[in-house]
Amino acid sequence: MAASKRAEVVTRLREVEPRRFVVYAVFLLIFVFFAATLHDDGFLSHTNLLNIVRQTTPITVMAVAVVFVLSAGEIDLSLGAVVALSALVTADVMQSHSAVLAIAAGLGVGIGVGVVNGLFVTALVLPSFLVTLASMGIVTGVARSITDLQAVAVVNQRFVDIFGSGNLGPIPGLAFWALGAVVLGHFVFRYRRFGAHVVAVGDSARAARAAGIRVDRVRLAVFVLSGASAALAAILYTGRLQGASYTLGEQDLLTVIAAVVIGGTRLFGGEGSVIGALVGSLLMGMLTNGLILWGLTSSEQLIAQGVLLLLAISLTLRGRRGR
Amino acid sequence: MPLVRVEHLRKEFGAVVAVDGMTLDADGGEVVALVGDNGAGKSTVVNCLAGVYPPTSGRILLDGATVQFPHPLEARRQGIEAVFQDLALADLQPVYMNMFLGRELVRGPLRRLDRETMSAETQRLLDDLDVRIDSPRKTIRDLSGGQRQAVAIARAVHWAQRLVLMDEPTASLGVAETQRVEELIRRLRDRGTAILLISHSLDQVFGLADRICVLRRGKQVGIRTAAQTTGEEIVAMITGLV
Repeated sequence: MAASKRAEVVTRLREVEPRRFVVYAVFLLIFVFFAATLHDDGFLSHTNLLNIVRQTTPITVMAVAVVFVLSAGEIDLSLGAVVALSALVTADVMQSHSAVLAIAAGLGVGIGVGVVNGLFVTALVLPSFLVTLASMGIVTGVARSITDLQAVAVVNQRFVDIFGSGNLGPIPGLAFWALGAVVLGHFVFRYRRFGAHVVAVGDSARAARAAGIRVDRVRLAVFVLSGASAALAAILYTGRLQGASYTLGEQDLLTVIAAVVIGGTRLFGGEGSVIGALVGSLLMGMLTNGLILWGLTSSEQLIAQGVLLLLAISLTLRGRRGR
Repeated sequence: MPLVRVEHLRKEFGAVVAVDGMTLDADGGEVVALVGDNGAGKSTVVNCLAGVYPPTSGRILLDGATVQFPHPLEARRQGIEAVFQDLALADLQPVYMNMFLGRELVRGPLRRLDRETMSAETQRLLDDLDVRIDSPRKTIRDLSGGQRQAVAIARAVHWAQRLVLMDEPTASLGVAETQRVEELIRRLRDRGTAILLISHSLDQVFGLADRICVLRRGKQVGIRTAAQTTGEEIVAMITGLV
């Protein structure tokens, strides 16, 4: 019995793929590097570390959903555009109505765009890359026109406390939103049938269909999830910044996808990791933070980020194609 | 009463008649081969029985009762499983997930996937069928062609109550692997399942089948008992040079 148990452990260890852990190694490496070089600039300070968590929360929330989207073999380019529109709608509705109604409206925008994306992809059998490229344009345009490029302020203190700057003891409330999204996402992805079906659809839609999985329902669901996550991210931005503007989420699409892919999710479907996406998201946030502390200008930051991203992808994804 | 009966099965795709009136019985513990040239309509018959397409006319009877399959799930619910030519496996997933794809086991109030039980049951099934795979947790892409074929067949065996459809189960395999798969088909037959086998290899057909049904351009040319016919006769029936 003991021998067979040991054999089982050995086979399981052999199945562990080293590249799955590269993201953790890269994370630690960069963390130690910043800790050593930026010690005097307060990188390791309590406030700074919590700031990284606070700033990455919307990215983390979206990254969790994008793990499902990419694992299912789809992509959602409208993510960042939905952030802007959802945020503006939330802030705008809150000016004349209750916060609850505003939140519902904001989430409704995200879910609505997700449903439309999903229906075009499933009912008309179109590639999600093109469908969401188009919806990204439409949503961005609507976001810019409804407020005439004006920012909208939010004064509801309770809303700001819950979704933004509030704390629970010493821990920022935003950390709980990120944690909640990750725990729920990881559970559904790894331990529920839905997660298994998402991965199967992305791996081989043909095999999934032959096995009786309702492939189109799964696809529709990941787009709704994606839209809803962008809306939640928008609400969290609106809470933290106490207002919304059409520029929110502009840079987020690529950051989110980078975080997810570095975290071990396959860009072409069939494999994913929510925990990896969390670490990827924190890694991206830490990079920005460290580079700012280093005193790099925003243009220099972009260059450094690109180089590091290339490095990280080379380490995590090398040799995976064609397998 | 035959376990499975196909009666006057006809399938049209627009103006093309893929299968034109086929009638065939299969009993438990029997291997019936379906042979014919390319485009003879063999795969169409398999797809009708698996619930992939509805027949244009004709009936399918299970234990004497007429059934209809509006969706592949319904065929599976009635105990019919198919091993398709492309195997329909998800390559990046472990063997046990493929075995339970779409019918995953869950446990507890949170309905968590029961990976341990699925893995253990897969191991038992593979042992049962004498399929050699290191671990049910291996991913499909790490298996050989023969092992993949064995997984697809084992899955069909596990779920099929009545009939297993096999479309060219050894087309892509080497000699040794083909022998193992043929051995697997024999063991499956001995368990009392009806098997409908499509194969291009007449050697294989004569080695495995009890009866042989020949199709030519969608029409049923005839059914022969394997022990009472010859390769020459079957070839003549396939090519129409009778």
